[in-house]
Amino acid sequence: MNRFGLIGLQVAVALVIIAFWQMASTTHVIGDPNTISFFFSTPIAVVTQIWRWFLDGSIWYHLWITLLEAMLAFVIGSAAAIVIGFWFARKAMLAAIFDPYVKAANALPRVVLAPIFTLWFGLGIWSKVALGVSLVFFIVFFNVYQGVREVNRTVLSNARMLGMNERQLLRHVYWPSALSWMFSSLHTSVGFAVVGAVVGEYLGAAAGLGYLIQQAEGVFDIGGVFAGMFVLAAFVLVIDWLVTLVERRLLVWRPEAGRQS
Amino acid sequence: MTAGVTEGALGAKADAAHAAVRLDGVTIEFTLPEGRVFRAVASSDLVVGPREFAAIIGPTGCGKSTLLNAAAGLLRPASGRVTVLGAPLAGINRQAGYLFQQDALMPWKTALENVAIGLEVAGTARAEARKKARDWLARVGLAAFSERYPHMLSGGQRKRVALAQVLIRDPKIILMDEPFGPLDAQTRLIMGDLLLNLWSQDRKAVMFVTHDLEEAIALADRVVVMSAGPSARIIGDFAIPLERPRDISEIKLERAFQTLHRDIWHMLKKEVLKAYSDQQSEEAAQ
Repeated sequence: MNRFGLIGLQVAVALVIIAFWQMASTTHVIGDPNTISFFFSTPIAVVTQIWRWFLDGSIWYHLWITLLEAMLAFVIGSAAAIVIGFWFARKAMLAAIFDPYVKAANALPRVVLAPIFTLWFGLGIWSKVALGVSLVFFIVFFNVYQGVREVNRTVLSNARMLGMNERQLLRHVYWPSALSWMFSSLHTSVGFAVVGAVVGEYLGAAAGLGYLIQQAEGVFDIGGVFAGMFVLAAFVLVIDWLVTLVERRLLVWRPEAGRQS
Repeated sequence: MTAGVTEGALGAKADAAHAAVRLDGVTIEFTLPEGRVFRAVASSDLVVGPREFAAIIGPTGCGKSTLLNAAAGLLRPASGRVTVLGAPLAGINRQAGYLFQQDALMPWKTALENVAIGLEVAGTARAEARKKARDWLARVGLAAFSERYPHMLSGGQRKRVALAQVLIRDPKIILMDEPFGPLDAQTRLIMGDLLLNLWSQDRKAVMFVTHDLEEAIALADRVVVMSAGPSARIIGDFAIPLERPRDISEIKLERAFQTLHRDIWHMLKKEVLKAYSDQQSEEAAQ
């Protein structure tokens, strides 16, 4: 099937769902439209809400706050994970000592930390950043750790035979190997940074997409909740697309990435 | 013509003081996961002269590569001495280049960067190192492929890059561990010719591990035979007085080649069969 045919079918799926939604929430075919539109809102109301947000420009501020929180969470979480991941992978004793604690911390559902972070860092962006960091850190940490530990033995021996000292091995062998593992989980870690930001906002904030959704929910404005969800979905898609661009640029040497482009 | 087969290459032994690589009573052991000590190589002596191409041959899994890794300094022998150019070896053998059986190129570097890296880490300026790397890629016939990443190259091309990567550092000793093992038969012939051509230009000491007897005789000045493992030892040493330059695909048709092949195979066959039956009984025991 050609590309346009595929896109046509993908759009058709959306149209069928929206048409069904519109029919169910405005006619008597399924049931009482008043009840259905109370629980599911109507496509028109949702589009109107989104339109209003973009028209008065208020949405940009919330998008910016969520984006800022997610970016800070990603950068801080990744940086900490890279440093500690490298350190643990090179010092087996250290890794062995901290192993149960790392596992325990990772097993903990991070949502329960949100109230503590709010207490520690206040209602501003930093409590959301902290929640995002707690999610991003472990994904990147495990990947960097694995990447350093599972450096190809032959490549490593070859680099040694080529005369590299420890510092040069770190730069030319361990670091690229760890980075490739980290980038393979880039979609997941960026996704979790956004999740951290939005969940944090939802649990208590003064701005952001999570805050918008929570506010709408508080007054039973289902149209507002759906509108917030759609904006959030579009936001995540755009970020995911940007990550794909970055990934293609940085991982040209990888067989999979090379074949895709 | 009767081939001049001499067992125990005495000429090389007399030259021991100036040997490129000298192994004295080298024993190599590994501790297995269950705690048992596995002796891979038992008390082996070997002297490789400075301009000598020595092939080491033996049944699969006999410890040839292990012996090579001891010469490279990648493995420390349990006992015995490794001497490189008259000095005892401690740590990595800085005088040696190593061509691995598996892919050993850094996949995140282009062919050019892979070749240049050996000079760059030794302190050569980047532009200078890259210029030399370009020359070396041309010498192995890959001038047009310098910007490719390893996964974009064929197996034979990757071996050429690896060869350039080793030779650009101008090592005095070249260690090769079944370097053409993963390649198809035709590519092996071409790579063998390329290797001989490059080697003949400045004749470095070579230790070439293989399990392919034809390849060993076609390339080397001398074929060293190892016994089946465990506790493998050196059991034969044959001089290969075939004339150089050699054409690998032609030389196999010569009588002298065939005589050598028959003599060495006579010794090797017993070991190969022994290794094979050991393997069978081990599998039966499991």
